[in-house]
Amino acid sequence: MYWDKNETISRDEMHQIQSQRLIKTVDHVYRNMIPYRKKMDAMGVLPGDIKSIDDLCKLPFTDKEDLAQNYPYGLFAVPMDDVVRIHASSGTTGRQKVVGYTREDLEVWGNVMARTFTAGGVTKSDIGHISYGYGLFTGGLGAHGGSETVGCTTVPVSVGNTKRQIQILQDFGCTFICCTPSYALYIAETLEAEGIDPSTLSLRTGFLGAEPWTENMRREIEKRLGITTRDIYGLSEIIGPGVSFECSEQSGLHVNEDHFVPEIVNPDTGEPLPVGTAGELVFTCITKKAFPLIRYRTHDVCRLSAEPCSCGRTLIKMSKPAGRTDDMLIIRGVNVFPSQIESVLLEFDQTAPYYMLIVDRQGVLDTLEIQVELASEKFSDSVKDLEALSRDIRRNIESTLGIAAKVTLVEPHTLPRSEGKAKRILDKRSI
Amino acid sequence: MLIDQISVFIANKHGRLAELTDILSSAQIDIRALSIADTADFGVLRLIVNDPAKAVEVLKSNNVTAKLTKVIAARLDDCPGALASVLNILAKADIPVEYTYAFLSPRGADACVILRVDDNDAAVAALAAGGVKLLSETDVYRL
Repeated sequence: MYWDKNETISRDEMHQIQSQRLIKTVDHVYRNMIPYRKKMDAMGVLPGDIKSIDDLCKLPFTDKEDLAQNYPYGLFAVPMDDVVRIHASSGTTGRQKVVGYTREDLEVWGNVMARTFTAGGVTKSDIGHISYGYGLFTGGLGAHGGSETVGCTTVPVSVGNTKRQIQILQDFGCTFICCTPSYALYIAETLEAEGIDPSTLSLRTGFLGAEPWTENMRREIEKRLGITTRDIYGLSEIIGPGVSFECSEQSGLHVNEDHFVPEIVNPDTGEPLPVGTAGELVFTCITKKAFPLIRYRTHDVCRLSAEPCSCGRTLIKMSKPAGRTDDMLIIRGVNVFPSQIESVLLEFDQTAPYYMLIVDRQGVLDTLEIQVELASEKFSDSVKDLEALSRDIRRNIESTLGIAAKVTLVEPHTLPRSEGKAKRILDKRSI
Repeated sequence: MLIDQISVFIANKHGRLAELTDILSSAQIDIRALSIADTADFGVLRLIVNDPAKAVEVLKSNNVTAKLTKVIAARLDDCPGALASVLNILAKADIPVEYTYAFLSPRGADACVILRVDDNDAAVAALAAGGVKLLSETDVYRL
């Protein structure tokens, strides 16, 4: 079951479509995205130098720092009158990565998510339980748009209140769910605790993503909820969920490459690597108008595979990302950069600039503990003051990251020091 | 009249208190009194010792977070109601007590109560007016 014809066209046709669309996009970006035009000028590349998709590697990269420098709207390539939607995700500093969509961009998004759902067997007869957060995060509204595009009855549940979510699953007869894999497991646990047999639900399929998960976790979710699962991948800078999706093979994610052209590059040199080699995933948007990033470095590490797929799709496949080239953490589906935590800690002069982030998983939910050294000269000997300090840090961290963290004050000179790059993350999750 | 107390920030970690007291012992520091305020993650150790300046120096040189805090030391009779009368003077004068702890003199029937308040001057004045005998550093460290 396919959503549209581009999923199964020949490689030659795909090459032609990608080439036409890239030429058009580079022209649009050169004229309207001033910071990127400057990059092209600095490299001496003109739109006319791009004659086909094979010339992609001649173009300069875009990276998260470009988003920070051009916050909030500096990389938008259309007038604000044409922007109908804004989303945002965590940036490396206090500033979020802000992305915009025209009405046509939202249509593209609806269609790539419709492909995702259709590949999971969803039709307009289905009822979709959207349990990603609605708001600036792209998960909720992205899945919502795709579900409505297919024509499904769409239930915008958003996050939280698991007992109510289970009630909705039972009473509304939802047949598919969109959430993080860890939340799917949490629902399974709650069902068991409440003595509800998952087979009494109408739920058949889970579209899970926004955080790393393993094949073991997949098997456990499928067994405990009695559903099949499909991995979904995306990032707000490219569009949100819908960049790539799994078919019935469950062996890699088909990239919607007629919209987002993938490349794998050497993370250190930026040199393109041949198909099949592991490296940093880079995307070029070739159909978007408001925010068409070119050669955007995702910092996700994976490999591409051009092997024919038994599902009949000719779209290239990417492996599940196997790690990051930077220090970004994904905690409860939220992207967290240590630099964000550092900037909060620097606001407090009673602490020293030494900290350690300890990420763990209790049951099925991620936990974050921030150990920070007290500044030796400034410490108060009042427990009340010290507790107020850790409470204030916790509050600021929570409002900056959007997730709760435990803050532990530790003695000065006790956290590990290292020469060069400090080791500040201890990820104990075995996923 | 105020005296120096040593305040130490200490992680709630197995063996840490033993390490600290070892450091003091190797510098021949004699502990007169101690109190610990503890939370789940950390504690604040408060010490009255015979040589506070030397104690802080040796702790800091061993990377321990320590500092001197001015506190009030009041002499009490070791009898029912003595502590209550001191605390009532502060309560009536509207002076909040941050923390307090007490110890007995090795000789005789004396007790000593340590008081940490925000406004030391007001507390000293109120206690003196109430007839409470305050102890000097010499009194306490040589007790």
